[in-house]
Amino acid sequence: MSSAPRAPATLPPPGLPGLDPSWSRLVTAPDADGIGRTWHVLDTGQPDAAGTLLCVHGNPTWSYLWRGLLASAPAGWRVVAVDQLEMGFSERTGSARGLQRRIDDLGGLTETLGIAGPVITVAHDWGGPVSLGWALAHREQLAGIVLTNTAVHQPEGSPAPRLIRMARTPGVLDASCVRTSAFIRGALAMARPPLPSEVQDAYHAPYLDADRRHGIGGFVRDIPLEASHPSAAALDAVADGLGTLADVPVLLLWGPSDPVFSDLYLHDLEARLPHAAVHRFAGASHLVPEDAEVAGTLTRWLGTDLAVDGADLAGPAESGVSDTDAPPSPSGRRQPLWAAIEDPTRAEFPAIVEMPAVGGRRFARPVRDGAPVAEPTVLSFGELAEHVRHLAAGLVDLGVAPGDRVALLVTPGIELATAIYACWRIGAVAVVADAGLGAKGITGALKSAAPDHLVGIPRALLAARALGWPGQRIAAGGADDRVRRLTGTRTSLDELRARGASLPLPPTPSADAEAVVVFTSGATGAAKGVVYRHHQLQAQRDALMAVYEIAPDDRLVAAFAPFALYGPTMGITSVVPDMDVTAPSTLQAQALADAATAIGATLVFASPAALVNVVATATDLDPSSLDALANVRLLMSAGAPIPPELLRKVGAVMPNAEPHTPYGMTEALPVADISLEGIEAAGTGDGVCVGTPVPGVEIAISPIDELGRADGALTAEPDITGEICVRADHVKDRYDRLYATEAASSRDAGWHRSGDVGHLDEHGRLWVEGRLVHVITTAAGVVTPVGIERRVEGLPHIRLAAAVGVGPPGTQQLVVVVSTDPTAPNGGLGPRSLAAAVRRVVDVPVAAVLVAPSLPVDIRHNSKIDRARLADWATKVLAGERAGTP
Amino acid sequence: MRVLVTGASGMYGGGVARALVERGDEVTVLQRRPAGVPGALEVRGDITDPGALARAVAAQDAIIHLAARVAVVGEWPEFERINVHGTAALIDAARHAGVGRFVFVSSPSVAHRGEALVGARAEPADPDRARGNYARSKAMAERIALAADRGPGQGMSVVAIRPHLVWGPGDTQLIGRIVERARTGRLALIDQGAALIDTTYVDNAVEATVAAVDRCEDVHGRAFVISNGEPRPVREILTEVCRAAGVEPPRRRVPFRVAHAGGAAAEAVWRGLGREDDPPMTAFLAEQLATAHWFDQRETMAALEWSPRVPLAEGFERLSRAYQDAAAP
Repeated sequence: MSSAPRAPATLPPPGLPGLDPSWSRLVTAPDADGIGRTWHVLDTGQPDAAGTLLCVHGNPTWSYLWRGLLASAPAGWRVVAVDQLEMGFSERTGSARGLQRRIDDLGGLTETLGIAGPVITVAHDWGGPVSLGWALAHREQLAGIVLTNTAVHQPEGSPAPRLIRMARTPGVLDASCVRTSAFIRGALAMARPPLPSEVQDAYHAPYLDADRRHGIGGFVRDIPLEASHPSAAALDAVADGLGTLADVPVLLLWGPSDPVFSDLYLHDLEARLPHAAVHRFAGASHLVPEDAEVAGTLTRWLGTDLAVDGADLAGPAESGVSDTDAPPSPSGRRQPLWAAIEDPTRAEFPAIVEMPAVGGRRFARPVRDGAPVAEPTVLSFGELAEHVRHLAAGLVDLGVAPGDRVALLVTPGIELATAIYACWRIGAVAVVADAGLGAKGITGALKSAAPDHLVGIPRALLAARALGWPGQRIAAGGADDRVRRLTGTRTSLDELRARGASLPLPPTPSADAEAVVVFTSGATGAAKGVVYRHHQLQAQRDALMAVYEIAPDDRLVAAFAPFALYGPTMGITSVVPDMDVTAPSTLQAQALADAATAIGATLVFASPAALVNVVATATDLDPSSLDALANVRLLMSAGAPIPPELLRKVGAVMPNAEPHTPYGMTEALPVADISLEGIEAAGTGDGVCVGTPVPGVEIAISPIDELGRADGALTAEPDITGEICVRADHVKDRYDRLYATEAASSRDAGWHRSGDVGHLDEHGRLWVEGRLVHVITTAAGVVTPVGIERRVEGLPHIRLAAAVGVGPPGTQQLVVVVSTDPTAPNGGLGPRSLAAAVRRVVDVPVAAVLVAPSLPVDIRHNSKIDRARLADWATKVLAGERAGTP
Repeated sequence: MRVLVTGASGMYGGGVARALVERGDEVTVLQRRPAGVPGALEVRGDITDPGALARAVAAQDAIIHLAARVAVVGEWPEFERINVHGTAALIDAARHAGVGRFVFVSSPSVAHRGEALVGARAEPADPDRARGNYARSKAMAERIALAADRGPGQGMSVVAIRPHLVWGPGDTQLIGRIVERARTGRLALIDQGAALIDTTYVDNAVEATVAAVDRCEDVHGRAFVISNGEPRPVREILTEVCRAAGVEPPRRRVPFRVAHAGGAAAEAVWRGLGREDDPPMTAFLAEQLATAHWFDQRETMAALEWSPRVPLAEGFERLSRAYQDAAAP
């Protein structure tokens, strides 16, 4: 190794993109040994700032990494970003600087800079340990900690030590870090999306020759992998010190696509700083401040979680529209989720019935007469309670602890119900990623939720192995030895249940314990994890039971898988009909009738897509099937707007069922409810009427402005269009590892922002007009899509319609895209007569009417139109580009 | 107010002159051919003739400069002479005569580099990147005009307005050519004719121009795109025009590549033959017909305190009535 040459600090060259030259200054401060060293620092320099953000870069970047944060310095905060010694444009001292020395160097600098007030440390990469070391040494002025893709410890299973060892091989280190700029290029290449070449050049600027790059090699050399390393003690001291920071607000901003600092490091930090606010930016990689909205998220965090004045946090207590007859139901008095299962008076009643699969790709064809049909499997409440107790004890014996996350990739039915109630009983958190998300969606969902254990049917276990889904694997669904060997699965639900039969049960979890992580459909972006606590699920169950007057003698056919899980906690018999749960449109009328017959169903829950197929296949039902369906008193259908015509057609199949459609979302369900009668009474309007709030729910509107931003104060005034906001005991606890998303959705304390737009009418009914992100902002004002779509869908030969905007926000043109019957062979301009018909029923100007063979819908509900994708397509078509079909 | 209108012999310029006369302004018109605007004083002459210009601008309060060579083909010197030198000469004359307001009628093509315009704002004129001789000459002229802007009290106030595809009954430029081609079976759509195109019904263009004179001192130094703010697919516009004129709408479709290459070839042939008329297709026209051109009108409407009063549908009806009246014995 060549000896490191010395060089004084300099100012960066002018003209680096995004870097204001007035931020740069050179400061001479005593280093760890008391020797004066000159640093280059970026400093917004407000003398009257309330506090300082002290930003420390990692290796091989420099303070340039924080330019976005300096440019949008949060009000009241001075931002200081340093170039560490030997790095960036700071002095090359010619000496090696280990971790402890760097921590002390930084202390000397902040003292010289006169940073005396509150400090929030902000760090990236190997700047993390340095900045945390500084934080632990300056507790009296430490106001908060922000960390982005960094580490204080090598967690088990990380590939990083291997990579670092490789990089440290004699010769390799010097060649990659010092003699060439390979290490820098490698780090910059991780940016997602790629950095513009001028920005890459700026990162290279302080490291243009080998003499200036010794610090980069020094940093790599200073990573302790073994206890004998000179910096091991300092790093351990930092890692151990984190345990003393429970009273310090922490924000972890993470790029999960980082090949070095993977999610394992995030989980290590979360374990050490359990109170941290966490945001995982889907798609972002190592250079998080480049890849993601770090500055904006940090600013939001400063404005909310760090607000010193507690009065600000409570927020105004607006009140929305609610069902005034709602009985007060303090969460403390609700029954545990497993209470009904253990009710001895119900022990003999059937809890779960499983329908036999009719075989093969059965869903495409009607069942043939005379085909041998197996009997349904029935599990009583008493048996279910025993299954749950035994499995719960078995899980504990396996090492599943309260708070552990357990992914359940199991087909709805007895096994899934047993597993989820067993998790709840021991305080484990069930992670339910339904197959409707698709393999890619499940992978993203599971990587973000990071379950400790994964229960899977054979297909799920194989996918887990192939796609790297996290969690200790547990077999379900009769996985055979071969699958178990292939996937490294050592036990199964059945084995655990047997193990637990003779073992004691742990204490029950509190109502405040986390219960599930479920996922949004991802129809409007990556699927988001949503966390519920026990008391919130209890409230949800109670709200459903109240609004639908569910009594012990009700029996439920749940063709919408998540809903099936609620049967046991409601104390009613439930069955999932024989169908492909990943494709609701595969539900055949006969399968529904068979399920209804098996339990004597009084309740049916099915998605609109499922109902469409039920209606289409109802012609061959025999009299006994019709009789069974005639016993159904209530039909619930949700997931997407439902045309009343469809509900009327279903009436022919279930003549005594009152059709209801609950309105809600993954984060809050149910919010409102309406019957077919109610829909007919509401008539047509701007949007779809979803009824009045269910008991215990308040609804308010946050008005939107001309650019479609929902910035208005919450109101319950009728006829004001805005974002629909919900307050109820059964609203989600939070989004999982999505701090910024959560902060945005709960901007008004106690309220959940739904992302839907709509308005209340003078009768207190809610009308949904579409998604906030799909609002069309024309020069003449804001236009919402759903009302237009409903009117266009009322025209003959129109299957589905979507109203989308093309052009820049504020001056968009309204375009209507339709799929027709018969199906158009290609996508493109609709005929003149169609355009004329559409313009006759739409009361705002329509720039163009396009036809497409089909409109893209989400996988889970098969009914939510992907308007964003259609808008992109329409924009291309109407710009004169070749766009194919959407 | 005393107002000089140059180029008043066409549908648009004539409409502006008539509107000013009707509201009581003292109107002078300047062009080579007789304009036939009742109540307006006619000065005949070329836009580059200093004598004619001096006579025309004398004692005017405002000038609306519409006169231009408009064509999709043609040699540069003629565009330069009329559009660039003519505008410079008129500006000079106006400045010497102490005229207070100058409205330069420009074109959105001055800032168009050939890409699709989707809700575009009025970007600065860019002669170096404008497509074709017409657009380049208008871009240079707009720059000359706006460079002469001094604001009220300091000298002349200049505003540039850029109406996009002005049409209406009696229009020989756009409507006349479409109908003539359709009648002779030479009108084809490029691809499926889906590109959204904004147009300006003539009455709206006239009102915007008058508004620009009135608002000139308040919004001086700026350029504004004028359109109906109702972009429609090209196919729809052509179809409606043809139906109004009682001719068969286009059915034939030509792929963009073919139209573009064919247009380039036709231009070369026309140049070789020294023909003065427009070839059936040019590369520029193919581009214009195949890409979106529509605009963000918010700034224009706020600044000029104007909004288009005749919607597209009403415009097509008026066009249809005009053709029926013309056909009636």
